[in-house]
Amino acid sequence: MPQIVVEKLVKTFHVAERTPGLWGAFAGLVKRRHRIVTALNGVSFSLEAGELLGYIGPNGAGKSTTVKILSGILVPDSGNVEVLGLNPWKSRIKVVRKIGVVFGQRTQLWWDLPVIESFDLLREIYRIPQDQYMSNKNELVELLNLSVLLDTPVRQLSLGQRMRCDLAAALLHSPEIVYLDEPTIGLDAVSKLAVRDFIKKLNRERRVTIILTTHDMDDIEALCNRVLVINEGNILTDGTLANLRKMVTTERRLTVVLVNEDGDITDPDAEVISREGRYVTLRFDPESIPPAELIARIVANHEISDLFVENPPIEEVIAKIYGSAAR
Amino acid sequence: MRPYAAILSMRFRALLQYRAAAVAGFGTQLFWGLIRMMIFLAFYENSSAKTPMNVEQVVAYVWLGQAFLLLIPFRSDQELEQLIRTGNVAYELLRPVDLFNFWYSRAIATRFAPTMLRSIPLLIIATLAGWIHWGGLPSIAAGIAALAAATLLSAAISTIMTITIFWTISGKGINSLLTTLSYFFSGLIVPLPLFPDFLQPLLNFLPFRGLGDVPFRLLIGQMPAGELPMLLAHQLGWTIALVLFGRWLLRRAMAKLIIQGG
Repeated sequence: MPQIVVEKLVKTFHVAERTPGLWGAFAGLVKRRHRIVTALNGVSFSLEAGELLGYIGPNGAGKSTTVKILSGILVPDSGNVEVLGLNPWKSRIKVVRKIGVVFGQRTQLWWDLPVIESFDLLREIYRIPQDQYMSNKNELVELLNLSVLLDTPVRQLSLGQRMRCDLAAALLHSPEIVYLDEPTIGLDAVSKLAVRDFIKKLNRERRVTIILTTHDMDDIEALCNRVLVINEGNILTDGTLANLRKMVTTERRLTVVLVNEDGDITDPDAEVISREGRYVTLRFDPESIPPAELIARIVANHEISDLFVENPPIEEVIAKIYGSAAR
Repeated sequence: MRPYAAILSMRFRALLQYRAAAVAGFGTQLFWGLIRMMIFLAFYENSSAKTPMNVEQVVAYVWLGQAFLLLIPFRSDQELEQLIRTGNVAYELLRPVDLFNFWYSRAIATRFAPTMLRSIPLLIIATLAGWIHWGGLPSIAAGIAALAAATLLSAAISTIMTITIFWTISGKGINSLLTTLSYFFSGLIVPLPLFPDFLQPLLNFLPFRGLGDVPFRLLIGQMPAGELPMLLAHQLGWTIALVLFGRWLLRRAMAKLIIQGG
């Protein structure tokens, strides 16, 4: 039986609108105009225990709204949700006891308290038995390398340190399901890797079900087998990452840094798509030309100082998926 | 009860850290107390009319008002206001606790901790200076019970103030409105017995006298301690009514809630 079932979820928001200017301000006093924004337009999916789902889409696509409804914070207009067999907004207290949530842009720690006091307070709030609390805390402190941070007030932590503490805070009560809403946002490369590594362990070793929303394609590539793409409140695709990419494009980007400003690059299997000074970006299809071969050829034929291969950015992939869905 | 007790004690300990605020508040309240006392002394010296309270009682009432000033629901919880405005309230909702009780516990600590810090030194000074003539032991015991009920009542009012921020985003309006009402009708500006007779039924009905007037008059023995059950019933009755109203309001707020931002 799936752990999370979402059926035909609809959520709209009323946004007050006002004609700009002084006249608009007065008119707004008499008659308010509302624009209805559809955040979710019939979203359905289900998730088995132990899955790690990447939930992606551009800003305003409805990702956070879904996560908030799944955690019982928001009430949808219509549709049904079952999390561990319970309706999250009707049985909020029962559901939140079994889930952990991290919103990357916010913190659940008490700003003025040292981290350890926030943890202790959470122990009381979640009524975590002492021995379970101690073993979870010790494990998380070790995994996330928090021992030097525990006595620091939260306001003095860097973003990366805070995020590690926030992750620990969300897991103290051994949740069965964890929602991570942009947990790597704004983090430097080292912190990102640490967080990513931890999420992987959490899912593989503790068998925690995870829904991860992010804008970072590398997060998705490193962690998720299954990816759900949402845009304007509609689910566009649901499948593996490889399938998703294949659906849109198989292309990769090769950026080459030339030694000379006026150098040039030509290759039969790659197409130049942009050029800025010494930086040239080429597009190629790894199925028709293996990347290693292409790179070897370019290095042999041109004077270059650096090069790197990337996937097309996520926004582009999603834009393409959306474009093809609209057609 | 465990989570609620934990949040109460956390808030209490956090507030006890604000020693500078307590010292400043103590100075200010002492100063205003002196001015208010002088006004009433001048007033009584130049009036021969029969008054419902004698001058000693009024002076004591004034000083108790100064000492327990922070018991009045001054404003909504600033931290919660911030949480609601920024959308961080999402995390409050992720706790497996009843949100109203959670906030109500906080509010009790918010009223109790600073009041205690400031009232004790002020009461000692006012007593040593001979400004407060306390009632007998039963009066003081009854007064303390009424003060405890006043804390619960005040916390209920300030929790409602906090909940209204879901609609108004800023707490400024409700804060100035309800604070003024509480101030005026609890006897902190002019002792309630000195109000005109035609206002007395209204004053007796409103919840605000339970915030100050009732405990003060019990403490100085101006009202007999035997009236305590009736007075407590008035205070607690209003508290229960306001808690029920607050819970209803919060349910409405949750149903229409939009979490601001990302």
